[in-house]
Amino acid sequence: MKSGQRWLLLGCAAPAAAFFLMFWLLPVLRLLALPADKGWSTYFAVLTDSRYLQSMLNTVLLSLGVTLATLVLGGAVGVYLARRDFVAKRVLLSLLTLPLSFPGVIVGFFVILLGGRQGLVADLSDALVGKRITFAYGLLGLFLAYLYFSLPRAIATYAAAAESMNLQLEEAARSLGASRLRVVRDVWLPELAPTTLACGAILFATSMGAFGTAFTLASKFEVIPITIYNEFTNYANFALAASLSIALGVVTWLVLFLARHFGASPAVR
Amino acid sequence: MRTHTTTRAPFLFAVTAIVSFFMISPMLLSVMAGLVNNYSVGLKSGLTTRWFGEVWEVYGGTVGWSLALALVCVACTIVLGVPCAYALARSRSRAARIFEELLTLPVAVPGLATALALILAYGQITAFRQSFAFILVGHIVFTLPFMVRTVASAFQRHDLVALEEAARTLGASFRQRFMGILVPAVFPAIVAGSLMVFTLSVGEFNLTWMLHTPLTRTLPVGLADSYASMRLEVGSAYTLVFFIVILPVLWGLQSLAHLLQKRHGT
Repeated sequence: MKSGQRWLLLGCAAPAAAFFLMFWLLPVLRLLALPADKGWSTYFAVLTDSRYLQSMLNTVLLSLGVTLATLVLGGAVGVYLARRDFVAKRVLLSLLTLPLSFPGVIVGFFVILLGGRQGLVADLSDALVGKRITFAYGLLGLFLAYLYFSLPRAIATYAAAAESMNLQLEEAARSLGASRLRVVRDVWLPELAPTTLACGAILFATSMGAFGTAFTLASKFEVIPITIYNEFTNYANFALAASLSIALGVVTWLVLFLARHFGASPAVR
Repeated sequence: MRTHTTTRAPFLFAVTAIVSFFMISPMLLSVMAGLVNNYSVGLKSGLTTRWFGEVWEVYGGTVGWSLALALVCVACTIVLGVPCAYALARSRSRAARIFEELLTLPVAVPGLATALALILAYGQITAFRQSFAFILVGHIVFTLPFMVRTVASAFQRHDLVALEEAARTLGASFRQRFMGILVPAVFPAIVAGSLMVFTLSVGEFNLTWMLHTPLTRTLPVGLADSYASMRLEVGSAYTLVFFIVILPVLWGLQSLAHLLQKRHGT
């Protein structure tokens, strides 16, 4: 490359680079350095303090559960919608993917409408068995809320992937007498595997960092974004909030990195 | 459209029906709740627009600010992102790959962490901290990778490389090439990126909640505020405001983008 061209490209990238350096990289480097002021052990607070460890485990397990449930349900709906043709299918698909543009707080509020103290389920259960059942603020409420904002992405991704699936393989399997379950296991799953890996990683990462939803539900079931928020706002414990943010960032980044790494290798395809 | 007429799928149908019910009923429920007099009594208590009025009085300003912020964010990501996308698409150096990787980190790292970093670094500068620029900066950092990636992959097209080369041998300056050939050629990608940035910015909460001050509130921040402190009816009416104002804007932009892509797409 000629040096003139190199300077030109550098000049093109410079404004974005300067902005990024000033408003993300330097602040984040400072965030990374912050826990050191309080001693190196602050970095490992998430592992050494049982309360934070519990919160982290809660978050990871919840995100994992939500991701698996979303992949199964979203996969089923996506494949079904890609295969079937019926009136108003486009409308249904756009309604199902609409929540992609909702802020997380709206999703949390939906769950309160369903399962809160004045929620639909509470009213129904009061009328039926005389007891007001509320689930919005516990594990079930969080699970449903996370499921709600995860499903649209999975449905959109699987619907697109299933459109381009190779139907001949399936026809061949069927004509050779394969059962429906075997077709799913031996044809669908391998064909959808790359999609599943990529989509699953994004769903997991989004669930790990979902702050708005958990914040609205102000949950009894503590997840790590809420722990960070409390440490920062209520206790002004900046070093600890930084350390927990680093832990959260590392977990999400690692999952995305691994998915990309394995997604690129031919072994998975 | 491929269809399977030979096989029925009762199981998939059932799952689809249940999931659709789960996804759509809360939307209907919240629309209904925002329009009734008393949510716990239900439709029998009569319909009203009273809650709307209350929401508009307290939070009306957030609607305009959210839309303005998203528009400015789109403009900034275009100005910063499009030249950067060109540089990343044309450079094969190691430094460019590392920079690209770094630039996408704010998407992978939870917004809460980015917001904390910004507050710790610039929270002391009061005038900046108390203005909408503080939120804007957070939104740009978060949305810039989406613009850069979308546009960079358009810049990488082989015919475009050849076209630019041809223009250069004919003596066109970089400015002429960039504005006359490159930008028109990747215009559909810029539109698609802008739409993505706009949508992300309008709905952004994770960063915004940490970065906002009582005087700088966006729609999602106002939503969280109203959910925490007021009645279900008010929260629902506010959610309805989101549906009525934001979704038509998004749909309008989407069809506009579709139109532009059809006209200018290759």
